[in-house]
Amino acid sequence: MNIPFPDLTPAIPEIIISMVATFLLIAELVAKNKSPLGYIGIATAAIVMYLLPVSRGETFGGMFISDSYSTYFKLIFLINLILTILISLKYIHKEKADYGEYYSLLLFATAGMMLMASAKDLIILYLGLELMALSTYILAGIKRHDIKSNEAAIKYFLLGGFSSALLLYGMSLLYGITTTTDIYKIAQYLQQKETTPVLLLSMSLIAVAFAFKIAAAPFHMWAPDVYEGAPTSVTAFMSVGPKAAGFAVIGRVFYVAFYNLQTDWTAVFIAIAILTMAVGNILAIVQTNIKRMLAYSSIAHAGYALLGVIAGTNEGLNAMMTYLLIYAFMNIGAFAIVILLHKGEEIKDYDGLAKSHPLVAAIMLVFMFSLTGIPPTAGFIGKFNVFMAAINAGYTWLVVIAVIFSAISAYYYLRIVMNMYMKNMTEEVKIISSLALSGAIFITVIAVLVIGIIPSLVII
Amino acid sequence: MVPLECYIGLSAIIFMIGVAGFLIRRNIIIMLMSIELMLNAVNISLVAFSHYLQDLRGQVFVFFIITVAAAEAAIGLAILVSLFKNKAAVHTDEITEMKG
Repeated sequence: MNIPFPDLTPAIPEIIISMVATFLLIAELVAKNKSPLGYIGIATAAIVMYLLPVSRGETFGGMFISDSYSTYFKLIFLINLILTILISLKYIHKEKADYGEYYSLLLFATAGMMLMASAKDLIILYLGLELMALSTYILAGIKRHDIKSNEAAIKYFLLGGFSSALLLYGMSLLYGITTTTDIYKIAQYLQQKETTPVLLLSMSLIAVAFAFKIAAAPFHMWAPDVYEGAPTSVTAFMSVGPKAAGFAVIGRVFYVAFYNLQTDWTAVFIAIAILTMAVGNILAIVQTNIKRMLAYSSIAHAGYALLGVIAGTNEGLNAMMTYLLIYAFMNIGAFAIVILLHKGEEIKDYDGLAKSHPLVAAIMLVFMFSLTGIPPTAGFIGKFNVFMAAINAGYTWLVVIAVIFSAISAYYYLRIVMNMYMKNMTEEVKIISSLALSGAIFITVIAVLVIGIIPSLVII
Repeated sequence: MVPLECYIGLSAIIFMIGVAGFLIRRNIIIMLMSIELMLNAVNISLVAFSHYLQDLRGQVFVFFIITVAAAEAAIGLAILVSLFKNKAAVHTDEITEMKG
């Protein structure tokens, strides 16, 4: 049997990232100082970002597709990777988690996410998902000697493993029904068949597994503990990357494969979205630890982004993608400020910050305004697009609910602003700055403001 | 010949045992074993479908699942060992540094 060698051009970004990740794993053995490894990672991500537009097409027997949809998501993952490495360079040294594997795992996780975005076949989708998930389990527990980090890793691992087993069971049923694992052929097959209970079961199992990955309620239980226990830089990475990757596969699987079941899955996602926004926003109010608060806020943001999926139109899908890109900038920016402040994990640490460090407080104010969705920041543009898409698709009542929860979210975001500007300092807060960290904060704050003023830059 | 329904039934039963074990038992090792049980239930159903549909994709999928499950077990046990070094506990009720 003669198997032709596959055309590798569409998969070049993934291949480069995986090769560099493997190289970093070996280079780590001889490198005394680990931060050059991080810079290699940043350089790779930049090169791959440059190569993204040329890598188009299908390959590997139609299992892998690189189109404008996957390219946009890959851009989010690479931005996430670059910003995460920038904020971790000094931080992981300080936390004594300065292992070279750290950078290697970040690259492997990114390769997994990119594979998910490009998957045209359920097998590739599963492999990408596991590559991403297994790398992030280790990253969450990279502070080996810290019991909180261990606990975060084991919780993430158990619930992640459980959710991927549910996903597989759903996929195996789908394979039995449709006789194929190709997402587009599944869509063709389902067009001719009527809906059966087994098909609905398989669809719900897959929806549940993806809801775990994007931390949507009621499958969000792991998120606050994992986000609190993991090193802050890893939390920033996890709150953007796997979530965006989860949305990428939701878009692919539900918009293509389950296109015929749209009324069924829309009902499931409406329930999940309302619950997610409620749980995220209401529980965030009572948190005293800022990482936990941002964890609940990221749950709530998954709810807003789901509105774009529910809309069921191309406009909705585009709004969801734009939202995730904007969310990447503002969320990593907020985590960068948490890293910048030495011991800045409790909300009361921010009391009177405007008096001791006015610039840091002003930047944090921008991120908090953006997360709330106040113009002229990028967060407003993101929310506006998603809500408009949902209204145009006829879900005005759902948008009203989302706006109410969005107003609730102003309470806990603006409480930090109030603490910074209106309270008196309890103790002097030290800031630990470095060039890379300042660079990351600079990039994110500029991106948040520029996108807020010129939204045409990101809107597709 | 054993009909397809028997294999699918067996797979469903094993999967449910795995789900129940994961949700009820509080020992992390047992929970890990339950996850493996769920994955193997999936393997049974994929192989059965693959045989009855005369299509090889299902069996290819099974190879990948077996490989990933091995990696997953290795990582899970490694995380558990590093947890155990810091705190001698394998019971989820004892691992409560953070309340969620």
